[in-house]
Amino acid sequence: MPKHKDLLALPDRDSQVNSQDLRVIGIARRRVDARAKVTGQTRFADDIFLPRMAHCKLLRSPHPHARIRKIDVTRALAHPGVYLVLTGKDLPIQYGILPVSQDEQALCLDHVRHVGDPVAAVIAREELTAFEALDLINVDYEILTTISDPEEALTTPEPRIHDYGEEGNIHKRVALEFGDVKQSFAEADEIFEDTFFYQGSTHLPIEQHASVAIKDPEGKLTIWSSTQTPHYLHRALAKVLEMPAAHIRVIATPNGGGFGGKSDPFNHEIVVARAALLLDRPVKICLTREEVFYCHRGRHPILMKFKTGVKKDGTITGMHLQTLIDGGAYGSYGVASTFYAGALQTTTYHVPRYRYEGCRTFTNKPPCGPKRGHGTVQPRFGQEVQLDKIAEKLNLDPADLRLRISESSNSITANFFRLGTVNLNECIRRVVKSSGWKEKFRKLPKGRGVGLACSAYLTGAGLPIYWNKMPHSGVQLKFDRSGGVSIFCGATEIGQGSDDVLAGIVAEALGIDPFDIRLFTGDTDLGPVDLGSYSSRVTLMAGNAALQAAERGKVMIAEAVAEKLEVPKERLHFAEKRVFDSMAPEKGVAFQEAVCLAEARFGTIGTVGSYTPPKSPALYKGGGVGPSPTYSYTAAVVEVIVNSVTGWITVPKIWIAHDIGRALNPPLVRGQVEGSVYMGLGEALMEEQEFRRLPKKLSHALVHKFPSMLEYKSPTSLDMPEVFTELVEEPDPRGPFGAKEVGQGPLLPIMPAVANAVYDAVGVRIDEVPITPEKIMKALAEKKAGREPRYGPSHFPHVNWPEALRVQPPWEGGDGNAVNEAPRRARPRTEKEKVLTP
Amino acid sequence: MMRLPLFEFRAPRTLEEAARILDGERANAMPLAGGTDLLPNMKRRQQVPRTLMSLRHIEELHRARLDHSGSQLGACLTLTDIAEDSRFRNGLTGLAQAASLVATPQIRNMATLGGNLCLDTRCNYYDQNYEWRRAIGFCLKKDGVTCWVAPGSRKCVAVSSTDTAPALISLGARVRLVSRSGEREVLLTDLYNNDGIHYIKRRPEEILVEVLLDSLHGWKSTYWKLRRRGSFDFPVLSVAAAARLSSAGMVEDARIVIGSAACRPLLADEAAKSLVGRLLNQETIVEAASLAAKIAKPLDNTDFDMTWRKRVAAEFVTYALRELRGDDVRAERESLTRHPGI
Amino acid sequence: MATLPIESQRTSQIRMTLNGEEVDVSFAPYKTLLEILREDLGHTGTKHGCELGECGACAVLLDGKPVLSCLVLALECDGRQILTVEGLRSDGSLHPLQDAFADLGAAQCGYCTPAILVTAKALLDQNPHPNRDQIREAISGNLCRCTGYLQIFEAVEAATLKIAEQKQTAT
Repeated sequence: MPKHKDLLALPDRDSQVNSQDLRVIGIARRRVDARAKVTGQTRFADDIFLPRMAHCKLLRSPHPHARIRKIDVTRALAHPGVYLVLTGKDLPIQYGILPVSQDEQALCLDHVRHVGDPVAAVIAREELTAFEALDLINVDYEILTTISDPEEALTTPEPRIHDYGEEGNIHKRVALEFGDVKQSFAEADEIFEDTFFYQGSTHLPIEQHASVAIKDPEGKLTIWSSTQTPHYLHRALAKVLEMPAAHIRVIATPNGGGFGGKSDPFNHEIVVARAALLLDRPVKICLTREEVFYCHRGRHPILMKFKTGVKKDGTITGMHLQTLIDGGAYGSYGVASTFYAGALQTTTYHVPRYRYEGCRTFTNKPPCGPKRGHGTVQPRFGQEVQLDKIAEKLNLDPADLRLRISESSNSITANFFRLGTVNLNECIRRVVKSSGWKEKFRKLPKGRGVGLACSAYLTGAGLPIYWNKMPHSGVQLKFDRSGGVSIFCGATEIGQGSDDVLAGIVAEALGIDPFDIRLFTGDTDLGPVDLGSYSSRVTLMAGNAALQAAERGKVMIAEAVAEKLEVPKERLHFAEKRVFDSMAPEKGVAFQEAVCLAEARFGTIGTVGSYTPPKSPALYKGGGVGPSPTYSYTAAVVEVIVNSVTGWITVPKIWIAHDIGRALNPPLVRGQVEGSVYMGLGEALMEEQEFRRLPKKLSHALVHKFPSMLEYKSPTSLDMPEVFTELVEEPDPRGPFGAKEVGQGPLLPIMPAVANAVYDAVGVRIDEVPITPEKIMKALAEKKAGREPRYGPSHFPHVNWPEALRVQPPWEGGDGNAVNEAPRRARPRTEKEKVLTP
Repeated sequence: MMRLPLFEFRAPRTLEEAARILDGERANAMPLAGGTDLLPNMKRRQQVPRTLMSLRHIEELHRARLDHSGSQLGACLTLTDIAEDSRFRNGLTGLAQAASLVATPQIRNMATLGGNLCLDTRCNYYDQNYEWRRAIGFCLKKDGVTCWVAPGSRKCVAVSSTDTAPALISLGARVRLVSRSGEREVLLTDLYNNDGIHYIKRRPEEILVEVLLDSLHGWKSTYWKLRRRGSFDFPVLSVAAAARLSSAGMVEDARIVIGSAACRPLLADEAAKSLVGRLLNQETIVEAASLAAKIAKPLDNTDFDMTWRKRVAAEFVTYALRELRGDDVRAERESLTRHPGI
Repeated sequence: MATLPIESQRTSQIRMTLNGEEVDVSFAPYKTLLEILREDLGHTGTKHGCELGECGACAVLLDGKPVLSCLVLALECDGRQILTVEGLRSDGSLHPLQDAFADLGAAQCGYCTPAILVTAKALLDQNPHPNRDQIREAISGNLCRCTGYLQIFEAVEAATLKIAEQKQTAT
């Protein structure tokens, strides 16, 4: 198949990889923040208690869709112990994570859009008092029509949930075509059309969102918050509070789990900030679990239709994907999610021609957003299950088929994403071997089966959320006379080990111990901007910035040490807390002395590093979502046992191989793989963000079916199968020491691998997630009745798709621009934002 | 953080004192044992008693006596006490299994036998925060007028979700209730009403003191529980079965109870009777299973699809009877419960 | 909702043994053990994820047994022994469970960790050589969203060996 290596432009930076000499990187090591975590000393946001601290509770809408006519807070304000009551008019400015979706208000001014939308805040001496005073607020609502799902949104343009977007209750429609897909189907030997549904799910971090805000002694604002994106919260606070950003300090406390659920600026953060400024006393909020379900921003429910043309040997000639996306009540990251849902189909297998149409609607439910694997998880499910069907029809082993059509390193895809190292085939070979695939597939006794699936994921989004030319990550290093080094960086520790990545990289580069390093991270006052812990970007981006800062420090130190030792500075080596002559290792100085020498020579030693991703060749509109410096790859085999009477499903074992580039700290990498497997398995089998529409004749209610830890089914230790994890390590020159992402990619193959395994076990297709015993039993009944042995959606509704932007693939002479798009620079960037600001 | 509403707290040292307190407070007071059912309900404002009366210091409630003539099990024995005590075997195996499958290890360390028998009925329109319930205009069981599970129904259909009650009913257990005016013994199966609100006949001034069992010599029992996960979850269907078999394997007596399929545990009398005087073979087991499953009428107010729950009921009865017959059903049990089992 | 004015409530007082030390604490009587630990005793190592007994993050040892502090009335703790994560360390060094969790990736975000540590300690106190199934079962009341539990199992197993080793050297 055609590969276009001439389009390649590898980063010109030298590879930092020299594995023989590594003393920190790649070696199993206690993470730098481990002691704090195992002693309970890690200070999460709700662990902050300050003198005179008041507590905040939010009054939330009990209606899915309504106008607010009037709010009367008199009684609440008069309640003993209540300090302050805020409503929408106190915080009217709109905000949102994306510049194109500034559609949220900290407290709804006149329109509530889902049960749980906040309308007022009570701040009181005790949390219980604040809670009880909520009941004393009278809100007069005018009920509006409830819109409960995307199909209803398509057919119900009025009342509009938002007065921006495409039209009616359609938030965003996209249509992109890379090459003539119709022609590609004409050239195919077989065409497969399949419809899939992927249910929504939520992050469920065990830590509920919490924030504490103070007016600091200088009169400025400081807020501690469980956020993955302190930088974006910083911007939202400045906008809504109309304060100079320089007078706002955001401190991201270590997150007790994030998974994407803490990456939007949230209403409660803005409310406590305003309250603290007004009261001049600390104000805390800690959401209840139910409120966390209302923050949501989780996995979008997506209905998908895949049409794929293949040759007899399995070569894909073209693919057409359509998605109908349930966005919930606000924009959140939804525009990006809509593009992501169509972005990565081309990154695993060679798809020479590709068309994508996606449509996100507003509905009266908590807003969906980015959850681990953001937007790419749902279509990955469809693609990998369809591939299993293709393999069966073509009489090919699904593993062999994938090996045949996989993408290779340094390619450019039909939609102009530049791939880095691609070791998908090695991942497939590893799991095929370790799982005993060849002895098991279609050979296990009835009721037992294996399934295989693959995936790819970004190592950091190639573009920032708001357009700018600045670095995505910055690091400052302070070299102390004590021999200690301090790292200052905006990167945010959410459990994934971002602090440890920074410490490990700097320690390796400087030849010191990670424990000699002190970290100041996630603090907008102390460190340079890092965009946040999302899109698996921290290791590569903050890691590269840290490496650059460390290398710059080494240059200065080496020069001073070279002078003292009288050896050429090029010969100096940094290791074991020493700087020494690599030709005569006994000749050297301690690292501490080396820093002193450098300080004597140059003055105070501090260096900076930053990272900006390479420019993407995807120049068309929408091409900003999906490019990444490099991609991780994963393959997984899942074994299942299915009861052929009840459909009860058990997963005894999973084999997974992940193309990581290099594992910086192997136990942490394994933890990310297994954690992803866990979360993927939850989505595959039991997790659902499900809603209950009461009978329309009796009620307008639309409620989350079970906003609780008990009824939202997160697998327990007894539900977790054995997992055999392998890491494929071919260092990618784009990553620090060759590292690529691991936090998200390994989640993606689990759901389709389960579906494919169920088919192998009992011969029924479950084209829907989660894959529950009920659905399996229904499909078994269909099979028994001689009908299509399948459970899944039967149709894809009509959507008025816009004319597709047409981009010629690289191999058809394309240059990354759309042939039918106006020159992009002409489009003023601020236009949309202006329309949305009240 | 969810907070409890305010309450008065009483901690009597004797049963008499406790009975006196309840006599004065009546429905305004709730006895507090393990707290694992009552306190979450209070935090969600489903139950807002004026007075909480702790049973912790009443020594009598913590006693257990098991011997060949029968058993007396104090209401404040924890579920761990029962699950981990190897005296709960043979005839009592079903009870130990039921106790061991309740919620989680921490909850079993707190939750009591009496508390599990008095467990509030559950419904996923009811077991919700105050704010959520307000969003549906409340429901029949608490503060509202409509049953959203069955909007035509004038009766609340919240589900009996106790694990130990079906197990104990299958063993013919009785309970002793004490109040200031006296005491009474009630057959456990008669303690319950098929009504989600008035699900229990314990009067507000009565204390459930102990569970009484006659000798179970010659009996075998078992308990099967359906839930999504290996822990935490309440049963959404359960089958407790007990039988006395002759040395030839003939069923001399049997009881089958279907749990979590109505507002109360259901005795499958017809199914049990169909077995008496017969061997437990394929034919009799299938017949009993289909008779037992017939009485299960699950509704759409718990986890899992209701028609599927009903379908599973027959399968569960089959597992239970096969186990009583002596079949090795460990693989089925482990696959369903994710526990190796007792 | 029935609302008594909370501001009018008098505080209660109990004496209990917290991590081996006798403490007196005054608190609002509606509070649970979780609330007084975190809010009145400054022991924030014990976490919370639901306050309804549905996640296990608030587990502590009460008279040696793991319980959910969110469902224990503080008023019921008079005279009792409480062990929280803050009490696991002794003589300035980490408990073997803490060491193993730190070294083997068993704590990612660290939020469910304190409860799992004390729960695992109770298991090892009762059964010094648990097998994998027993470990699985013992922590089945503690949800962890990060790790997939496997590294937690391994850490408990590693700690078991280390404790046995320590015992051997001590004798």
